[in-house]
Amino acid sequence: MRTRWLVAMSMFFAVSTPAAPDQAQVERGHTVYDKWCFPCHGTGPGKPGTDSLRQRGQNPAVLEERTDLNASMIRFYVRHGVLFMPTFRKTEISDADLDAIAAYLTRNNKK
Amino acid sequence: MKVPPGVSPSDFAKAISEFEDAVGKEWVFTSDEDVALYRDPYSPFLGEPDELVASAAVAPDGVDQVQKVVRTANQYKIPIYPVSTGKNLGYGGAAPVYSGSVVLDLKRMNRILEVNEENAYALVEPGVSYFDLYRYIQEKGLKLWVDVPDPGWGSPVGNALDRGGGYLMAHLRNHFDSHCGMEVVLASGEIIRTGMGAMPGSRTWQNYKSGFGPWVDGIFSQSNFGVVTKMGFWLLPEPDAYLSGTVYVPRHADLVPLVKILNYLENTRATNGMPDLGSPLLQIPMISEIAAWMSGDGPPPPDAELSGLLGNSEAGYSPELEAYALRKGVSYWSCKLSFYGPAKANEANWEFAKGKFSAISGARFVDNESYKLPLTPEEHEKVHKPQFGIPSLAMFSIGARSRTNPQPTNGHMWFSPIIPRTGEAIFEANRVFNQAAKEFGLPALAFSLPSCYWERAFIFIFAFPVTRDIETNKKNREAFKKLVERAAEHGWGEYRTAPAYQEAIMSTYSYNHHALLRFHQTLKDAVDPNGILSAGRYGIWPKHLRSQQA
Ligand SMILES: Cc1cc2nc3c(=O)[nH]c(=O)nc-3n(C[C@H](O)[C@H](O)[C@H](O)COP(=O)(O)OP(=O)(O)OC[C@H]3O[C@@H](n4cnc5c(N)ncnc54)[C@H](O)[C@@H]3O)c2cc1C
Repeated sequence: MRTRWLVAMSMFFAVSTPAAPDQAQVERGHTVYDKWCFPCHGTGPGKPGTDSLRQRGQNPAVLEERTDLNASMIRFYVRHGVLFMPTFRKTEISDADLDAIAAYLTRNNKK
Repeated sequence: MKVPPGVSPSDFAKAISEFEDAVGKEWVFTSDEDVALYRDPYSPFLGEPDELVASAAVAPDGVDQVQKVVRTANQYKIPIYPVSTGKNLGYGGAAPVYSGSVVLDLKRMNRILEVNEENAYALVEPGVSYFDLYRYIQEKGLKLWVDVPDPGWGSPVGNALDRGGGYLMAHLRNHFDSHCGMEVVLASGEIIRTGMGAMPGSRTWQNYKSGFGPWVDGIFSQSNFGVVTKMGFWLLPEPDAYLSGTVYVPRHADLVPLVKILNYLENTRATNGMPDLGSPLLQIPMISEIAAWMSGDGPPPPDAELSGLLGNSEAGYSPELEAYALRKGVSYWSCKLSFYGPAKANEANWEFAKGKFSAISGARFVDNESYKLPLTPEEHEKVHKPQFGIPSLAMFSIGARSRTNPQPTNGHMWFSPIIPRTGEAIFEANRVFNQAAKEFGLPALAFSLPSCYWERAFIFIFAFPVTRDIETNKKNREAFKKLVERAAEHGWGEYRTAPAYQEAIMSTYSYNHHALLRFHQTLKDAVDPNGILSAGRYGIWPKHLRSQQA
């Protein structure tokens, strides 16, 4: 278990320069994000994911506003969960939808 | 590829290939990585060999595909475990009860088949989530509310089949009670429709619940007798207005008349929303306040004197604590009432309630929110959403990291005994569970107030944290089972539980040498002779596994 985590975590940080996301993909990602991620990670009150990241010192805490996320990190959390956040199955968020979420959340990353 | 217990690898390979023919290769999951997504993220067995895991998963997209999968499973005697949205967190997630079963993941069946505004009902497939149904109603501009539980990503079907609950009026709050008509695929692959749905061309399937003759719907909840592929639910026509008011009472013993009057008010429908008890003195938030308290918008922490008194109190009481409350004017108990209906009727009902509660000496009243419905977008952001039929995930704040909860948990398992709806029962249950916690070496339990309000019963929900430490989890599991026994000694049974405890709890429903369980088993053998459906769910094992479990 532990080793799996460590290997996966180390992969987050060894990222290559992301390719420029295509606009249609970003838009699809936005839609999927709104459906699956926003209720916990969005703006406004009653968003436990945002509160949790803020409490950990993350600034900005809202995922959509960040520019330091990368695709493997996003995939990892969606498929493995973390703490109180559960995993998401492929019938909920397909691999293609997950790629789109990643494109959306990395759209503002510095190239 | 993992193989289910008792199934030969070659039979399993044939079954998988037939599943692929039925639903498409893409929707049969057999790789370790994909199957791991069906683990229960809140499993109390995380990291232990006893963790309940799937061998594979198959995700049909229509009742004909469900039939094909079930027929194949029946032919090769493959154990399968249907889930709707599979978000049964705290009660087992999407993992099967019988380890090695194939999860029948119905999430792709997400069609909203009908929403009828005039008669306020919906007919949905299992994969439709509360969020989906809510969005559909909003997009169509229908004036309807759905009674939702706290997590909006669950489904009306999955939640009702595990007999979950929500927040609106009593006839909708109990989600199984508020369903109307089902379609079920039996282990043979045959389809039945219940209630009025049994009549071809019926025009009242979602209008009239019991149909003609025996009303069998109940046997498909908390059980393993069929795969539910459609279910009707009654909805609430959007009320004209909402009003809430809170009554505060000063003394410990006031809880008894408080509940008694509350029961009268709710059972005569003078108040029609879910009541909500809290304790300002013991710093127990009302349910509608939990999310705000957890994100740091609660009252200031108790002063040094109160902290000391709370620490020395027994089950939320000591004469000194009560004296402090009276001296400082801090109420012992609070109860928020919700009223849905015409604004003037709400006001009149609240006035009536105030009159009744005034029989308790020192009762105070606070008028809270009053909204003309629908809510404005600004009001939306202020309210506890499920009380307005709006799905949300805000309640996940109870376990997530936050200002008031710097140590997030890895999940919870819920211990949920049903007690009579009286103040005396609340006191007694707290005394009993507090004492039991001490005996079983658990951390002291804080005084607890009910989490679910059924019309004639309360349900307590004690959250046991799931940790990453195997020894702690083992200890908590043992303590959980002992609490179940202790509750049963006092005549209290659980309303629902995670697979880890289903058998233990079923065995407490043992009147006349487990006659009811034996009846369930008789049904099981008759409707699912190969025992392929959700083996072990709620302690009901098919014949070929019964001796193994005994
Ligand atoms: C923070 C938090 C708050 C919660 N608050 C509430 C609450 O307010 N109210 C409440 O009720 N629960 C609550 N829960 C518990 C749980 O998350 C919800 O009840 C949730 O709706 C259940 O998951 P689901 O709807 O995805 O059902 P599923 O997981 O799909 O189904 C539950 C079980 O029912 C059976 N089943 C499901 N579908 C079928 C089918 N089609 N045919 C045959 N059998 C089937 C399966 O055995 C399955 O395991 C809460 C949990 C958490 C973590």
